[in-house]
Amino acid sequence: MSSANLEATLDPTPDPALNSTGAHAAEHEEEDHRMFGFIVFLLSESVIFFSFFVGYIVYKTSATDWLPAGFEGLEIKEPLINTVVLVSSSFVIYFAERFLRKENLWGFRLFWLLTMAMGSFFLYGQAVEWMALPFSFKDGVFGGTFYLLTGFHGLHVLTGVLLQGLMLGRSFIPNNYEEGEFGVEATSLFWHFVDVIWIVLFLLIYVWR
Amino acid sequence: MSNSTLEKRRPDQGPDQQPDQEPKTSPSQQPEPNAPDNWRRFFSFSTDHKVIGIQYIVTGFAFFLFGGLLAMVMRGELITPEADLVDRTVYNGLFTMHGTIMLFMWTFPMLNGLANYLVPLMIGARDMAFPKLNAIAFWMVPVFGVILVASFFVPGGPSQSGWWAYPPVSLQNPTGNLINGQSLWLVAIALSGVSSIMGAVNIVTTIFRMRAPGMGWFKMPAFVWTVLSAQLIQLIGLPALTAGAVMLLFDLTVGTSFFDPTKGGDPVLYQHFFWFYSHPAVYVIVLPIFGIFSEIFPVYARKPLFGYRVVAISSLLITGLSGVVWVHHMFASGTPSWMRMAFMFSTMAISIPTGIKVFAWVATVWGGKLRLTTGMLFALGGLFMFLFSGITGIMLSSVPFDIHVNNTYFVVGHFHYVINGAVVMGFYAAIYHWFPKMTGRMYYEGLGKLHFALTFIGVNLIFLPMHPLGLMGMPRRVASYDPEFAFWNVIASLGGFLLGVSTLPFLLNMLSSWTRGEEAGDNPWRAIGLEWLVSSPPPHENFEEIPIVISPPYGYGSDEPLVSNHPGGTFAEPSKSTPVANLSGESNPS
Repeated sequence: MSSANLEATLDPTPDPALNSTGAHAAEHEEEDHRMFGFIVFLLSESVIFFSFFVGYIVYKTSATDWLPAGFEGLEIKEPLINTVVLVSSSFVIYFAERFLRKENLWGFRLFWLLTMAMGSFFLYGQAVEWMALPFSFKDGVFGGTFYLLTGFHGLHVLTGVLLQGLMLGRSFIPNNYEEGEFGVEATSLFWHFVDVIWIVLFLLIYVWR
Repeated sequence: MSNSTLEKRRPDQGPDQQPDQEPKTSPSQQPEPNAPDNWRRFFSFSTDHKVIGIQYIVTGFAFFLFGGLLAMVMRGELITPEADLVDRTVYNGLFTMHGTIMLFMWTFPMLNGLANYLVPLMIGARDMAFPKLNAIAFWMVPVFGVILVASFFVPGGPSQSGWWAYPPVSLQNPTGNLINGQSLWLVAIALSGVSSIMGAVNIVTTIFRMRAPGMGWFKMPAFVWTVLSAQLIQLIGLPALTAGAVMLLFDLTVGTSFFDPTKGGDPVLYQHFFWFYSHPAVYVIVLPIFGIFSEIFPVYARKPLFGYRVVAISSLLITGLSGVVWVHHMFASGTPSWMRMAFMFSTMAISIPTGIKVFAWVATVWGGKLRLTTGMLFALGGLFMFLFSGITGIMLSSVPFDIHVNNTYFVVGHFHYVINGAVVMGFYAAIYHWFPKMTGRMYYEGLGKLHFALTFIGVNLIFLPMHPLGLMGMPRRVASYDPEFAFWNVIASLGGFLLGVSTLPFLLNMLSSWTRGEEAGDNPWRAIGLEWLVSSPPPHENFEEIPIVISPPYGYGSDEPLVSNHPGGTFAEPSKSTPVANLSGESNPS
């Protein structure tokens, strides 16, 4: 820490305001820890999903009447397309990050926007699926856990897309992303997290019969 | 505040200082603790970890007094066998709110406050890793506190389902309103969870990433070890309770059927969610108290902490084991017998790391030249209470005995010996020990010792009778009881009122000492630790020059300095020939 301060004060940038207050150094210090803190937060967040998954497994294995009356089971085709789109978007966002690291800002924006489009497609597909389903949140433990899990996950996808929009906007601030950007890295990590959760969710809800 | 930022030296100027000059000794250079703007910062959105720490502690203590008041109404009700002072629904609300407030509004904020204040000082950091997040996490406490207390004023009154909120009792909504006591309770608990997770992310990041140079894992004070262990539990366990609370809230407000047995739901699943967090929550509360004991005994016994490394590791062992014991709260919930056996053994196993700690504390105190200040008395008293609760805890871990006393006052007595015995007394010990550091003033020993005597007598008088009552079969959470239980209940009620009275000398002591106590100096206890190297109260951003740690903590009797770039902090000779002023307890309060 002290070495970071020293570097900041030795740094020959011509901006006197930053050096004299030391605010620049302090900000840097904080940035160093943000990724660590964010990972700790994601670990904690994953326990909520884990709890919902455990609830789902307990209900599925023990409930006397699992599926709502007159409902045969979930359609797998559209959710599979959705899954493929969401999983591939994880690769797209990886390339976006690589473009940013190579300081190719337009490449970053293009791939970043593509990720956003894929996330939005996923949300749209989810909404279409919800609309067509014959049961509601209140229909037994299956309806409850289905909408709880997909809804809570969808909320995360929506958050991810909104964060990506924010980061895209910030890329137009001149010189903002020259040294890499915590926001971009964190959004990208969050997106991978949302993706992994979806794979588990898909296997549990759609594949496990 | 503006004063201190102006005075703050830039870090790169540190090496220019004369090595023999104490960096900050003169209290006059520091912002006057009683300057008119000084109290105002405690009501502001300050990002200084010390201000936030005190905000947490004072807010928590206010809720402690309120929760205690509720408990005294309950004891007033229980002084006679009939339900005469309050009616039964009010009584249900009282014990629910008492438990909820004491756990979520008192112990968590209080321990977050101590961690906030002490951890950055102890590890040689200028602040927490995320100061703004820290402030937001604190300011959520009054928000959900108000939501919780507001449930007294909604139609139907507060939640009556106890602090567990087990369905289907917690799914009763006789008023039919969307906003009822139970839904407000659940919202408050969810917000409390968010605030605690913010705090945990912050504290864990701070401990992992911001330790001073040279402070390896085994140079960290034991308090930091216990805070880390406790906050890891928060991170892993708390989301399970949040998940359960969200599902219960949906059941209550939307009409889903997760936990509603009449609609195919599974009420026992809620119990698993609840106890998966809420049993480890006891360790979240008690682990920092273990840390406080480990800090205090060496100082007043003038000896190094016995078995420091083992004590440090045992905290993590407790964290690990705490995740696999929760079903011992559910021995009577239709749990299969193989599960009961497994959880009985894992529960018994937890007595190993806690036993290691108790052994280490006794060995630390053993043969030492004890200074019985108020802080030390409270720590010793808390240790005694913890030992007692540990013994009843082992009794309760055994399935047959647990089923026998299930839902009786024996259980209530057991956990109040932990919470009100060990935890509250450990908290008082911490306050008396670090009060001179936090305020720069000494407290009055006489009032402190009166406070200790009243607390120790009161806490035993109220909770010891609960053990025979439980063995006789008196059920908990009932406003009226069979007249055969009257004798012990009268004693317990008198103890409860005494415990209420015991807070008065404490408040008087704190308020008057904070404003006009004697100047304490930087290190009134001749303690070893980074927090004792800075002035009292510590300046904004704590350290002008980040200390470089070269020795393990608790080097009492060793002449090796704790840090290489600061002269203070060694006490080679135990205080045989050098009595230190104001330590004997006979200091004149004026």
